[in-house]
Amino acid sequence: MNPGPRSNSSQLEPLLRVSGLGKQYVRRRPFSRANIAVDAFHDVSLTVFPGRTLAVVGESGAGKSSLARCIALLERPTTGTIELAGTNLAALSRKALFSMRREVQLIFQDPSSALNPRLTAGEIIAEPLVIQGEGTNSQRRARALQLMEQVGLDPAWERKRPLELSGGQRQRLAIARALALGPHLLILDEALSNLDAANQTLILKLLTELQAAHALSFLHISHDLRLVSEFADEVAVMYEGRIVESKSTRNLFASPEHSYTRELLASVRSVESILFERSA
Amino acid sequence: MRYLAQRFVHSALLLFAVSIFSFAILQLAPGDFFTPISLNPQISAHTVASLRSQYGLDKPLPVRYEHWLRSVLRGDFGISFAYGTPVAPLLAVRARNTLLLTGTSLLLAWLLAIPFGIWSAAHRGKWSDRAGGIVTSSLLTVPDLVLFLALLLLAVRTGWFPTGGMMSAGFDDLSVAGKVKDLAIHLLLPALGLVLATLPPLVRHVRSAMIEVLEAPFVRAARAHGIPESRVLLRYALPVAANPLITLFGYSIAAMLSASLLVEMVLSWPGVGPLLVDAILAKDVYVVVGAVMLSSLFLVAGNLVADALLFATDPRIRTD
Amino acid sequence: MEALLQVRNLDVCYRGAGPSRHRAAQQVSFEIGEGEVLGLMGESGCGKTSIALALLGLLSEEQADISGSIQFRGEELLSKDRSSLRAIRGSGISLVFQEPELALSPVMKIRDQVAEVIHAHNDWKRERCRADAELALARVGFSDLQRISSAYPHQLSGGQRQRVVLAQALACKPALLIADEPAASLDARSQSEILALLRKLQRDLRISILLISHAPEVQASLADRLMVMANGRIVEQGPFEQLYRNPSHACTRAMLRTAVPASVAEDMDFEMVT
Repeated sequence: MNPGPRSNSSQLEPLLRVSGLGKQYVRRRPFSRANIAVDAFHDVSLTVFPGRTLAVVGESGAGKSSLARCIALLERPTTGTIELAGTNLAALSRKALFSMRREVQLIFQDPSSALNPRLTAGEIIAEPLVIQGEGTNSQRRARALQLMEQVGLDPAWERKRPLELSGGQRQRLAIARALALGPHLLILDEALSNLDAANQTLILKLLTELQAAHALSFLHISHDLRLVSEFADEVAVMYEGRIVESKSTRNLFASPEHSYTRELLASVRSVESILFERSA
Repeated sequence: MRYLAQRFVHSALLLFAVSIFSFAILQLAPGDFFTPISLNPQISAHTVASLRSQYGLDKPLPVRYEHWLRSVLRGDFGISFAYGTPVAPLLAVRARNTLLLTGTSLLLAWLLAIPFGIWSAAHRGKWSDRAGGIVTSSLLTVPDLVLFLALLLLAVRTGWFPTGGMMSAGFDDLSVAGKVKDLAIHLLLPALGLVLATLPPLVRHVRSAMIEVLEAPFVRAARAHGIPESRVLLRYALPVAANPLITLFGYSIAAMLSASLLVEMVLSWPGVGPLLVDAILAKDVYVVVGAVMLSSLFLVAGNLVADALLFATDPRIRTD
Repeated sequence: MEALLQVRNLDVCYRGAGPSRHRAAQQVSFEIGEGEVLGLMGESGCGKTSIALALLGLLSEEQADISGSIQFRGEELLSKDRSSLRAIRGSGISLVFQEPELALSPVMKIRDQVAEVIHAHNDWKRERCRADAELALARVGFSDLQRISSAYPHQLSGGQRQRVVLAQALACKPALLIADEPAASLDARSQSEILALLRKLQRDLRISILLISHAPEVQASLADRLMVMANGRIVEQGPFEQLYRNPSHACTRAMLRTAVPASVAEDMDFEMVT
């Protein structure tokens, strides 16, 4: 989780470089002259190196999900640039953008709404391959089964539907689907928040293994600092749409600078300290 | 306020486009109002030609349209060839009658649809809901024309209802109460027809909007707080279900107007419908254009009302 | 002294054909005393919410088969009729659902939503209900009462909405509060605020709480005793600290995450658990 030897990041090219990114939503109010512009986030810059994990923490509504969607190419930012593997995404044609989607995949908070309930597990995993037009039917199926094993799902469940699986299993399915096209960057948008403690630990373990095996980078959006502390190399703190602090995990926890960061950290307590306080 | 102004401009443009369209469409069929007369060998071609030129029918279409537009802006909607009277007063009377019919029917239809819909949603799945579903489905499959003819048949066979018209012969001699009663009994069958024709989809929509809301988390939470079911339905579910229903209201106006044309024909209600049909057949062009624009006006006004209602009832649109 | 709530051999089995037929709770037995906080932990889908729904009679006969015994203040809830159950909901036993933004009607003002709950259990005039509602809102820590009272849910933050839902649940001073994941959708700061609030209210109002939460930190903040569920059954029950230090079931160990990663614990300067 805090890899030693790979820390020579200055020698590597960043996988993802976001500069001055901003997103504004404009809404028209009926029966009035106002055009309300709401800033989801602005002036966001961050960098993710290959094989590393960057966590973005902050309150719900601070714009984190918006940011995730922009980087995942689901929405267009209003300002700023996104460079993925050296390519400026804004400059791409639609066709080129389509093939760029293989590089970045997004895993959502609620797997039950992110997975098509009418498809079987095997079909769900193979779907990205179908969309990008890869392989024959049997090749796709083989790949799906292979991915199921990689994420710890029993391949015999190939024909099960998402609703027949538990929450943790559904998230594994979502991860398998995300891996189908061999992306280099996975964005986790509160992907562990709906899981109970045991499942969180298991999925975290899986993600760490996958990161090591495939040199994956993770952009982990979360409001849970404790999770972040276990998993991320770097942390960026978002407050009211801006990044207020961005450091390595260790440094952030050891010496937080911004007042909001300090507030956040103060509210992260271990069970031990809570029990201690209660008995006093 | 600016939004309202925009809507007004939009509506004016729409009416303008509608007028051009109806003017042009009427021209597509060959001939004009005087064509039937010209077929009469006893009237000389010269007479016909001078009649035509008197009414300006020998001028090209764009010229006539421009002439008409100018008069309209002065408040003069032209002359009806068939009646020989100005269009505006003629339409005004008919419009009043149509409004009376459709307004009453619209009100009745919604007053029935909402409680039926709520009740079906609350008793979803039970035999009473299923029975109600069968009734609405059956009503839906009966063509409007058949429905209206059946009502006419009912009137003729039983003699309980007048078979047409809006007033009885001695209307003016009746007292106020008597006039109201007379009007009501003439209104009954056409209104009944309209209501039956437009009710089924309304009930369905109210039912499904309510069902969807009744499954929402905030309704469950209200029940968990011990709020009685009747209050849950009326204070929690209905206001939120109202949103899609208000939009539906706008559409139901259009549906009602369409159906009203037919019912007015079958049951001889002196509204815009029969006038429009006769005018089209006779190519009484200014009446046609006027009537079409009037209908469009009703539609636009209705939708504006629906939008305003939506704005007034949904705080999510109003605030923030 | 008799416990406030006594549950014996509760079975909740959802009806329906095939996979939707499902035993959510099997032979569940537990007690909650007055002023006590009982925590309930378990995997998602293990039956926690079903128990909460069953306690309040929110599962209709068409939805589920319920058997066993639920004694509240000495009275058997499972044999009560619908209107008696409705009277208990909100005034005897209250429930706070997950996801507070969804638990509030989007078209009603905050004060009215709280007043509705009060009105449902008291025969008071509108004015009195509204005044009482404002008191309830003040009790959960809202200082800007004017603004909050006449606001709509979409104008409030997540933490504020959670507090409103809490105000609704406590408006009629219930004896037992069931809190289903009260801090799940909140960030760390709002979470600790809500937990502090719950602690304070629990002390001031002497209410009992059935605290459903998968987060050990949440349970540690509030729970006196803890139950761990797996597959619809209770696998372990006991005082929280005891379960934390000496878990006997693998599930309990996993749920309580009894090992804190060493590296971070150092940085945070807390006592470590080995």
